[in-house]
Amino acid sequence: MSYTAKIPSGSISQDAPEATSLLRATLTSLWSPINGFLEWFGELGIFVWQVLRAAVRPPLEGRELVRQLDDIGSKSLPLVALAGAAIGAVLALESRYSLVRFGAKSLLPAAVIFSIIHETGPIVTGLVVSGRVGAGIGAELGSMKVTEQIDAIEASGVNPYKLLAFTRILACILMLPLLTLAADFCGVLVGWIVDTLADPISFHKFLHTGFAGTSFSDFLAPTFRTAVFGLLIGTIACFQGMRSQGGTEGVGRSATSSVVLSSLFVILADVILVKLILVFFP
Amino acid sequence: MMHAEQAVASQAAQSGDDHAIQNAEQNGAGPAVAIQGLHKAFGAQKVLNGVDLTVASGSTLVVLGRSGTGKSVLLRLLIGLQQPDSGSIRIHGQEITGSNVETMNAIRKKMGFLFQHAALYDSLTVQENVAFPLRRHTKMTASERGDRVEELLASVGMESALQKMPSDISGGMQKRVGLARALALEPGILLLDEPTAGLDPITSREIDDLILKLQEERDVASIVVTHDLHSAKLIADRIVLLHQGNVVIEGTFAELEKSDDEFVAQFFKRDS
Repeated sequence: MSYTAKIPSGSISQDAPEATSLLRATLTSLWSPINGFLEWFGELGIFVWQVLRAAVRPPLEGRELVRQLDDIGSKSLPLVALAGAAIGAVLALESRYSLVRFGAKSLLPAAVIFSIIHETGPIVTGLVVSGRVGAGIGAELGSMKVTEQIDAIEASGVNPYKLLAFTRILACILMLPLLTLAADFCGVLVGWIVDTLADPISFHKFLHTGFAGTSFSDFLAPTFRTAVFGLLIGTIACFQGMRSQGGTEGVGRSATSSVVLSSLFVILADVILVKLILVFFP
Repeated sequence: MMHAEQAVASQAAQSGDDHAIQNAEQNGAGPAVAIQGLHKAFGAQKVLNGVDLTVASGSTLVVLGRSGTGKSVLLRLLIGLQQPDSGSIRIHGQEITGSNVETMNAIRKKMGFLFQHAALYDSLTVQENVAFPLRRHTKMTASERGDRVEELLASVGMESALQKMPSDISGGMQKRVGLARALALEPGILLLDEPTAGLDPITSREIDDLILKLQEERDVASIVVTHDLHSAKLIADRIVLLHQGNVVIEGTFAELEKSDDEFVAQFFKRDS
């Protein structure tokens, strides 16, 4: 009886196509998200171009702009003010604990005010607005898209990029700095209340001490960087809403992705803008 | 004569303004709508595969076909909501394929579009919905606009719903409001996507009568996509039957009814 090693004929040639198809499948699964990412940016670029083209052409759409200023601005005010107040309270409590520990209690007003106007006020406003307004715009425009209302606007000879997108984006840009001021004010006010409950100090003295080492640029640049947050929130939410598809499920996806992406872009922009502000307003 | 018509149409195409379009119309530059070799595909799925159609002013063309044969896509191509892959669409002699937004918007003001599900703006009242094109494209005073809106809503039997929101009225009522909105600017061309779907027989008949009235009194050219053969019989001057992206047959209702073609016969058998 002889034993001979038998290599199944054709096993190599059969394995080779399998390996090739496995490699192809792996490459496809790796390429797919990259392709989707690039496609998203490409479509966003086209959308921005269409909005810019529409923006420079009449009519002004003043009526819709005022409606959006009210919707995005005044209706976000309570939430933004509450978030600012909460941040002010937390900062006062946390800072007191740390500063007392290191014997620097007198720096408390400066720590609270500087922290609020420099970082927490703008970023909290950006994130709160991206949650409330981003979801609202994404869902509203998404719903209009899947029910053909945007097509109906276009079919009636009106540019939807001007009427729907440009007005919302402009309203976000204009209202974010104003909402940031409100958040800053509420934060400082509640910070003082919390501070004065523990160690009485007049509001005037709190402000005077707090703003003693700060210049106008300390206040101006961080506040106006929220206009960039507004641009990002408005653009991304309008884009996600207007490309919505797939019925009510698609509307839900648009609202969610509007919030997630606009929040993400606000955080990324914050990092970049903080660095730029430190460079240009040292 | 042909050269003169082409020159007028070309002038309109180049300038793209209302005046040029009006000139093209007044000089009789061909039919209200002329489609030649229209192709449209979504990925691998061919929806329209070389469709040729013409619709004269004052006539109604009914487009029939099974669901998903590209009837609604045809209307969307005509109003410029989608672009064809190839082919020509001429509106009052003016080529619209590849037109810029301004030219297309000038043409759209002369066309009324009723969407399959009405597509009313859900943040506006019925009155505001119908007033929307008037507010955007006319210099009417608020009072004139109000009168016009009431007149339009009365013509579709919806005068009692002025202040209601679209969500507070039925689908059929929304369709009637959508029709009133499509008629607001007194368009020369009406594109109606299933105007009688979801309506009771009496209202359907009223809508049919309204289409006939517009055709007779205002010389409106209508393209109606429908599955309602009773309505088609009543309003159509000509009918085309679309199947697999092609026009299978074109003729009057009586001609199509008598056709020996198996598909045409199947289509008409159910209602006969």
